[in-house]
Amino acid sequence: MAVYLLRRLVFLLVSLLLASAVLFALLRLLPGDPANALLSVGATAEQIEAARQSIGSDLPLGQQFVAWLGHIFTLDLGTSFISGVPVGPDIASRLVVTIPLTLISFVLAVLIAVPVGYVAARRSHRWYGMTLSGVSQFGLAVPIFWIGILLISFFALTLRALPAGGFPRQDWADPLDAIRSLTLPVITITIVMTASITRYVRSATLDVLGSDYLRTARSLGASFRQAMWHHGLRNASVPVVAILGIELATTFLGAVVVESVFALPGLGNMLLTGIAQHDYPVIQGVLLVSTFLVLIVGFIADVVQRLIDPRLRGNMTGQRAAVVR
Amino acid sequence: MKSPRTALAALAVGIVAVLALSSCASGPATGTNSADATINVGSVYEPQNLDNTGGGGQGVTEALNGNVYEGLFRLSDSGDVTPLLAREYSVSPDGLTYTVTLQNNVTFHSGATLTSADVKSSIERVTAADSQSSRKSSLAVIAGIETPDANTVVVTLATKSISFVYNLSYVWIVNALATDLKTTEDGTGPYELGTWKRGSSLSLTRFDSYWGTAAKNKDVVFNYYTDATALNNALLTNAIDVITSSQSPDALAQFADNPDFVINDGNSTTKLLLAFNDKQAPFDNVAVRQAVTEAIDNKKLLNSIWGDYGTLTGSMVPPTDPWYEDLTSVHPYDQVTAKQKLADAGFPDGFTFTLDTPNYDPHPAAAEFIKSELAQVGITVNINVITPDEWYTKVYKNHDFAATLQEHVNDRDVVFYGNPDFYWGYDNAKVSALIKEAEQSDTTDQQTAKLTAANDIIVADAASDWLYLYPQIVVASTSISGYPLNGLNSQFYVYDIVKS
Repeated sequence: MAVYLLRRLVFLLVSLLLASAVLFALLRLLPGDPANALLSVGATAEQIEAARQSIGSDLPLGQQFVAWLGHIFTLDLGTSFISGVPVGPDIASRLVVTIPLTLISFVLAVLIAVPVGYVAARRSHRWYGMTLSGVSQFGLAVPIFWIGILLISFFALTLRALPAGGFPRQDWADPLDAIRSLTLPVITITIVMTASITRYVRSATLDVLGSDYLRTARSLGASFRQAMWHHGLRNASVPVVAILGIELATTFLGAVVVESVFALPGLGNMLLTGIAQHDYPVIQGVLLVSTFLVLIVGFIADVVQRLIDPRLRGNMTGQRAAVVR
Repeated sequence: MKSPRTALAALAVGIVAVLALSSCASGPATGTNSADATINVGSVYEPQNLDNTGGGGQGVTEALNGNVYEGLFRLSDSGDVTPLLAREYSVSPDGLTYTVTLQNNVTFHSGATLTSADVKSSIERVTAADSQSSRKSSLAVIAGIETPDANTVVVTLATKSISFVYNLSYVWIVNALATDLKTTEDGTGPYELGTWKRGSSLSLTRFDSYWGTAAKNKDVVFNYYTDATALNNALLTNAIDVITSSQSPDALAQFADNPDFVINDGNSTTKLLLAFNDKQAPFDNVAVRQAVTEAIDNKKLLNSIWGDYGTLTGSMVPPTDPWYEDLTSVHPYDQVTAKQKLADAGFPDGFTFTLDTPNYDPHPAAAEFIKSELAQVGITVNINVITPDEWYTKVYKNHDFAATLQEHVNDRDVVFYGNPDFYWGYDNAKVSALIKEAEQSDTTDQQTAKLTAANDIIVADAASDWLYLYPQIVVASTSISGYPLNGLNSQFYVYDIVKS
C-alpha cells in the first residue's frame, strides 16, 4: 500500500505539471493581448506598449512559461495583471466560500442519495421505487440555475426567509450568517447532485441484487439483510465511490453557475472575471488550484476503492508477478 | 421498509433546519440615527484595482472619486465645475498660467498634511509615461508645474486650454509618498477605505478628520454583482439600498409597481455608436454614411432595448454638454431617401460589409437590428462578434475594420472627431481647426459656439451614426435620499445619502 501511495503521489505531481503546461499553452491561444484589457478608449500606442511591458506580455512565450513554473515551485501564483493583488491569497479567500459550498452539498447529497437509491432499486417494482427513480431522472434534467432561481423567488423574494445572494463581509466570523447565505446555494446543488448520485446507487444496487453471489449466500442460509450487509454493500459501493469522486470534482468546477446566480464571491466568480479581463495569472492560478483539488479528490477516491475492494490490490500484485515471471 | 422512512426523516430534518435558519432572519441594519447609518450600494462595476491611472476602470471612479479621493476641482452631479481642494485660483491674462491656492488644514487619511508637492506629483502621475489614464492626452498641454510655497501651485500651459480646470477635476490628489495605490489609498476625501473584498464588496468609512463638511452617513458598502438578476434581487430583499446604474430594462417593471422603490431617470453621457471607418471605401463616401444613417430606425432600436427610457440626440453630444443641440432631424429615418442616396453614390444594388460587434450587451442585439434594417435598402451586413480586447487590437489600434459598434461613456468627447488618427479616421480640416480653436477660446461662450459649429459639420457628414444615448437609471429604496442621479463619467458621490 505504501508503494502504491508513493507511486500515486508521483503520478499526481506529474499530472499537475502536465496540466500547467497545457493551461499555459491554451491561454496563449486566445486572441488579443491582455494589455488591452487594462486600457480604456483614448489609449495611445505608447500606453499600450507600456502596459505590455508592465505585465510582461511582450516577452517570448518560453520566457513567460519558465517564469511561471519557477513561481509555482515556490508556491507563488503570481500577481494579478489587473488588480495588482497576489493571486494565491485571493484564491484562498475564495475557497472559504467554494469549499464549504461544495463539501456540504456533497455530504448532504450522499446522505440522501444512498438510502433513496437503495430503496429505488430494492423496490423498483413498487410505486414508490418507481416514483423515486422518476423524480431523480427529473432532477437530472432540470438546469441547475433554474432550481436556484426558483428557490430564490420562493424563499428569498416571497417568504423573505433567506438572503437572495451574497456572502457576509466577515466571512465565517458569524457562522450562522455564513450558513444562512449558503443555505439556498447548498440546497440547489444538493438537489441536482442527489438526483445524479441516486441513479448510480440504484443501478449499482440493482446489479448486486441480481448477482449470483447474493443468491448463493442466501441459499447457504443467510437472511437477505445478512447477505446484503456482508456481501452486497461492499460490492455495490465500489462503482459508487468512483462516481462520487467524479461528482465531487464536477460540482466543485460547476459551482460557478450557482455562485453567479447567488452572487457568491467564490472561485468560479474569480475565474469568470479573470477570463473576461484576460488576467492570465488569475486564470492560471484558479485553474491550477482547481486541477490540484480535483486530482486530490481522484486520489482519495482511488485509495478508498482499494481499501474497499481487495481485488484491486490483488490485481496489482498479480500483474507484477506476471511481469517478474 | 425502514429505508424510505429514514430518507423521509432526513428530508424532514433538512426542511426543519431551513425553517429554523429562516426564523433567525435578521433584517438589514437600520440605524436609528441616520448619521450612523450604513448605506449599501449595489453595482455591476467592481473596480479592477484602486488606481485610476493604473487601469482601475469605471468601478474605481464610481466608488472612490469624490468619496475617498478629491481633486482641485469637483464636477458636480449636474455638470458644474467648482473649486474643491483649490480654495481659489487665478488665470494670467494670456491664459497660460494658472495659480491655485490650496485649502488650509487638509489632511490625508494617513495623517499627512496636503501640500503643493502632493498636487504636483498627482498631476504628474496622470501625465506619466506609464499612466493608463484616459485623461492623459487632455493634460498633455501642461508645460510646467511650480510649487513656490507649500500652499500654492502654479501650472503653465503650452497653449491656452479652456477645459483645463474641467480636466483637473479628474485628477485625484494623492499623497506623494503613498505606495501600493492599486490596493490601498491615501486621499483627502470624506471617507477612507475600509476593506475591499474582491469579487464581493468594497467598504468606505467616514473619515473623522475630514477638512470639509462631514459625510451624512457613517459607512458605505459597495456590493458588486456579475449577474443583473442577483443585483435586482438584492434591492428587492433590502440587502442593498440603491443600484447605481441599472443595466436591465426588463427588470424595471418590478420596481415601477412597488411603492418601496423609486426609479430615477437621470442624464447619461453614454452613447451607442455605429462607427464607420471613414477612411475606407465605401464609408469614405459621405453619401453612403448618410444613407446608412437614414436607413436605421434609431427610435425603434432604442425602444426595443430600453423601452421608454433613453434619448435620441442625433450626435455625439449629450444634453449635459454645453454645446448640445437636438440634431435628430438632420438625418431622419427615411429608407426611400436612403436608397436614392445609395443609388446616387454608385451603389444601386447596395453592398456588403462586416460589422465588428463587441460580444456584450447591447451590441449583439443592436447588430441584428441594424442588419435587418439595412437589408431593406439592399445592404448586406456580416456580423463579426469579437471580445473587448480583440476590439482594441483590431479596431482601436490597427484600424482594421469597415464599421463597428461601440459605446462611448465620457462627456465632452465630441472633440475626438478633431483627431484624424482616432480609430474612426474622420478627417475634416475645418472640424479639426474649430475644435482646436475652441480649446483656445477666452470664454466658454466662444468655446460653445465653436464646438456647436464643429458638431453641425460632423453630423452633416454623418461621421458616425449616433444610435442613441443610454438612460442613466438609479433605482433606490424610498428609505434613502441624497444620492446622485446623473452619474456623469460613472462618478457616484455617496456623502449626502441619508437613510430614514
